[in-house]
Amino acid sequence: MRGIRTVLAATTMLAGIGAASATDLEVTHWWTSGGEAAAVKVFADAFNATGNNWVDGAIAGGGNARPIIISRITGGDPMGATQLNTGRDAEDLVKAGLMTDLTELAEKEGWADFIRPAKLLDSCRFEGKIYCVPVNIHSFQWMWMNRGVYEDNGLAVPTNWTEFVASAPALREKGVIPLAVGGEPWQINGMSGVFMVALGGVDLYRQINAQKSAEAAASPEMTEVFEAISAARGMVDDGFVGRAWNDAANMVITGKAGAQIMGDWAQGEFSVAGLTAGKEYDCLPGLGMHPALDTGGDAFYFPKPADDNPEIVKAQLEMASMLVSKEVQVNFNLKKGSLPIRGDIDLAAANACMQKGLVILENPDNILPSGEQTWSSDTQGQFEDLWVEFFNDPGMSVDEAQERFVEIVENAD
Amino acid sequence: MAHQARPNPYFRNLNAKVAATPMILTTLIVFVGCSVWTVLYSFSASRALPVNEFVGFAQYDRLFNTSRWTKSVGNIAVYGIFSLVFSLVVGFILAAFMDQKIRFENTFRTIFLYPFALSFIVTGLVWQWILNPTLGLQKAVRDLGWESFTFDLIAHRDTVIYALLIAGIWQGTGFVMALMLAGLRGVDEDIWKASRIDGIPKWKTYIFVVIPMMRGVFVTTLVIIASGIVRLYDLVVAMTSGGPGIASEVPAKYVYDFMFARGNVGQALAASTVMLTTVLIILIPWIYLEYGSKKPK
Amino acid sequence: MSIEPIGTRPRRTFDPTRMMIYLVLAVAAIYYLLPLYVMIVTSLKGMPEVRLGNIFSPPVEITFEPWAKAWDTACTGLYCEGLKVGFWNSMQILIPSVVISIAIASVNGYALSFWRFRGAEVFFTILIFGSFIPYQVMLYPLVIITRELGIFGSLTGVIFIHTIFGMPILTLLFRNYFASLPQELFKAARVDGAGFWGIFFKIMVPMSPPIFVVAIILQVTGIWNDFLFGVIFAGTKNFPMTVQLNNIVNSSQGVKEYNVNMAATILTGAVPLAIYFLSGKYFVRGIAAGAVKG
Repeated sequence: MRGIRTVLAATTMLAGIGAASATDLEVTHWWTSGGEAAAVKVFADAFNATGNNWVDGAIAGGGNARPIIISRITGGDPMGATQLNTGRDAEDLVKAGLMTDLTELAEKEGWADFIRPAKLLDSCRFEGKIYCVPVNIHSFQWMWMNRGVYEDNGLAVPTNWTEFVASAPALREKGVIPLAVGGEPWQINGMSGVFMVALGGVDLYRQINAQKSAEAAASPEMTEVFEAISAARGMVDDGFVGRAWNDAANMVITGKAGAQIMGDWAQGEFSVAGLTAGKEYDCLPGLGMHPALDTGGDAFYFPKPADDNPEIVKAQLEMASMLVSKEVQVNFNLKKGSLPIRGDIDLAAANACMQKGLVILENPDNILPSGEQTWSSDTQGQFEDLWVEFFNDPGMSVDEAQERFVEIVENAD
Repeated sequence: MAHQARPNPYFRNLNAKVAATPMILTTLIVFVGCSVWTVLYSFSASRALPVNEFVGFAQYDRLFNTSRWTKSVGNIAVYGIFSLVFSLVVGFILAAFMDQKIRFENTFRTIFLYPFALSFIVTGLVWQWILNPTLGLQKAVRDLGWESFTFDLIAHRDTVIYALLIAGIWQGTGFVMALMLAGLRGVDEDIWKASRIDGIPKWKTYIFVVIPMMRGVFVTTLVIIASGIVRLYDLVVAMTSGGPGIASEVPAKYVYDFMFARGNVGQALAASTVMLTTVLIILIPWIYLEYGSKKPK
Repeated sequence: MSIEPIGTRPRRTFDPTRMMIYLVLAVAAIYYLLPLYVMIVTSLKGMPEVRLGNIFSPPVEITFEPWAKAWDTACTGLYCEGLKVGFWNSMQILIPSVVISIAIASVNGYALSFWRFRGAEVFFTILIFGSFIPYQVMLYPLVIITRELGIFGSLTGVIFIHTIFGMPILTLLFRNYFASLPQELFKAARVDGAGFWGIFFKIMVPMSPPIFVVAIILQVTGIWNDFLFGVIFAGTKNFPMTVQLNNIVNSSQGVKEYNVNMAATILTGAVPLAIYFLSGKYFVRGIAAGAVKG
């Protein structure tokens, strides 16, 4: 206990200078790795500079944090602010009237004018009112490759999925695992979404993930996606059960594997290992087939304080305003490795792969709706179960899997 | 067992009743209350939060049509049977050996118990490494020159449950051993003396005299192991995340995933109602046999 | 009842049975120690070695940095103070929870085995049933109960929760142990005029060190390693050590420092381990016989 108290006392002293009415706001989040913590620090410093006090409540692992966050809000001991994924995660909490309404602030500051893509803010809306603040954009549609593995083995570095498939047997012969995958269900689920865009194109993805079209889910284009995933089964090693995504990324970094399909956060691993984009490693958005990106990300919610304490609400609004401000957005996202939610700021410091991403985002047609904004967590879970089962069970035929897929789309709520 | 069966039961044992008040309140408010709540809301359409919108058996309908649930039930049955048998047998044998006035008893006991002290958050990872064919035992043995050595339980859908078993038994048997040892230490020295004088072999004394005397300890152990099996969760998350595919999913993980990560409380409660009902079906006849008859043993 | 001297029985030097016993115990010990070996070896390696080397190979260059980092400087969110921060909180939760839960459960077990009152078996049955309910299912109702009692988010709240969850198994443990003690003891004490509490403190407790040790093992381990209840019911000020452990180990992104994770796990497990080792001497043969004689 003493430790935390000392820290609290210290931060209070720092922040308290010149601000008599400093309000403590406990912020729960699951950003605990080095880079993430550095990014959170940008927020905390900026918030403390407003004369309030950021009390850090980090709980590693979204799976661990979510039950705690939800039960504390429903138990009547809400934190001041909390991270949650953008989308429908918090829908029921909002519906139950447990979140502070940010509409007034959002209108005053004109959030709708600068937050891009617009659907990020839409996902914070419930019955016309705004209940959360999007803070960054992450996309899954990337393949990361170790250039050295290909060059050393006398192979051309693939520029798209088809070339990658063609080179896979050659890699195998040289004792390199073509595709590194992890064992956590979300990784395989995400990979399937990537295939959907890469092979089926933006239209297929949009029809399924935005319009919930069961027809598209049953189309031959979708069959191709299933076939590709079925082919990918043969490109992995058999040690992937329970493997974390960053261990899979490390296999690519150390040259044990050729490539990995993973979101833009994987870049952090490559840069920590001292690799340079375009030199030692390469990135293929949309697997080099259809370069389009989804725009999921993180958002902050502000649970209503006990007794609607006006001081806490005031501090919450101050924090919300700080989160979207220009300077904070630039600094935070450079640290986090994600893209900012504002279209009106300059990111000259971004690396080659991030620049690729920014270029893609300039064209609104390239922006995919992210599944978590369309599907409830329950439906997403059903997809996850299906993909994971399909990827791991060679006995499950393409037809059978697609049939179940259509069923889930039809029954989605 | 209690022998008193005299009249006027309400004022007898007043002290005992006062002493048992916390237990009575806990059972009524917490356990009965929570069970009723669970069953009630399993008929609701509750999503992230419980709501009073009742939908009949819809949640159950979906539950039994979900391959992940069916697989979970099958897994827990296999895991349960093996884990029960191995924990009891290994635990008892270790305890019986430890009870032979051996040297280094303290050291051995701590060695068998220490896994119980460590959080599965990381020990699950260590087992994952050891069992992983590309990192662990298989690779180590192959590097030594035995090229065809295969030990890849964790990588295959049909065998992954045995990989969990290896780690589960590693963690749990130490405590079973401690319980058994406590039971053995409660056995009267004179029993041993008598059997020695009569020339009865040691193993016979254990099976026909000592084990029946340790009935209470066995019952306790059984309940502890069984409740651990029903609630099996951490180990699976730490070692396999339910993979490969859904091959190592278990019911408690289903409940937890739906309760929070997937924001479907109704479905989670339906699954847990099925779990509770199953436990009840197994428990009631046994409780009746064990404690139902008022006659003293 | 006669006196059996405590200590080793006379035995031959080359006894094949004893050789076999040691052999079996030694083989079992290898199975139990293998993961610990991997953990210790890993915790003494630097990160490059962990990433590239064999998990069984001893460290080429021994470093204690991961241990220091786990205890002192590992970051959890914004605060980089390692595991030490939560140590005293865990102690504050552990000691009262263990004492209260064992005290209540031992009295329960005693009342249920010697002073059975009408309906006792019904409550007991429900209690056993309670030990099969997955914790997660009970979170919502328990949050509401503790909120209504006004102890949600406090030390009292988390102690309350641990007492409740410890009750089923502990009560069963004590009940069945007491039931195996000779009835004659109890009867004799009754004839001598001893009451409910007198018999409990003067006869039952002194006869039960092995089972108290088992109960302590169970509770210390369970409560010390608990993460979920601590983090929900104890309130931010009282976060136990496992919150830091989880934050160090489960960092969702970034490079995993396996050596620090292993060191952190062993450090966190040190308290239960110490208790196991110290409680060893109470597992002594002949207690029951001694008490009967006395």
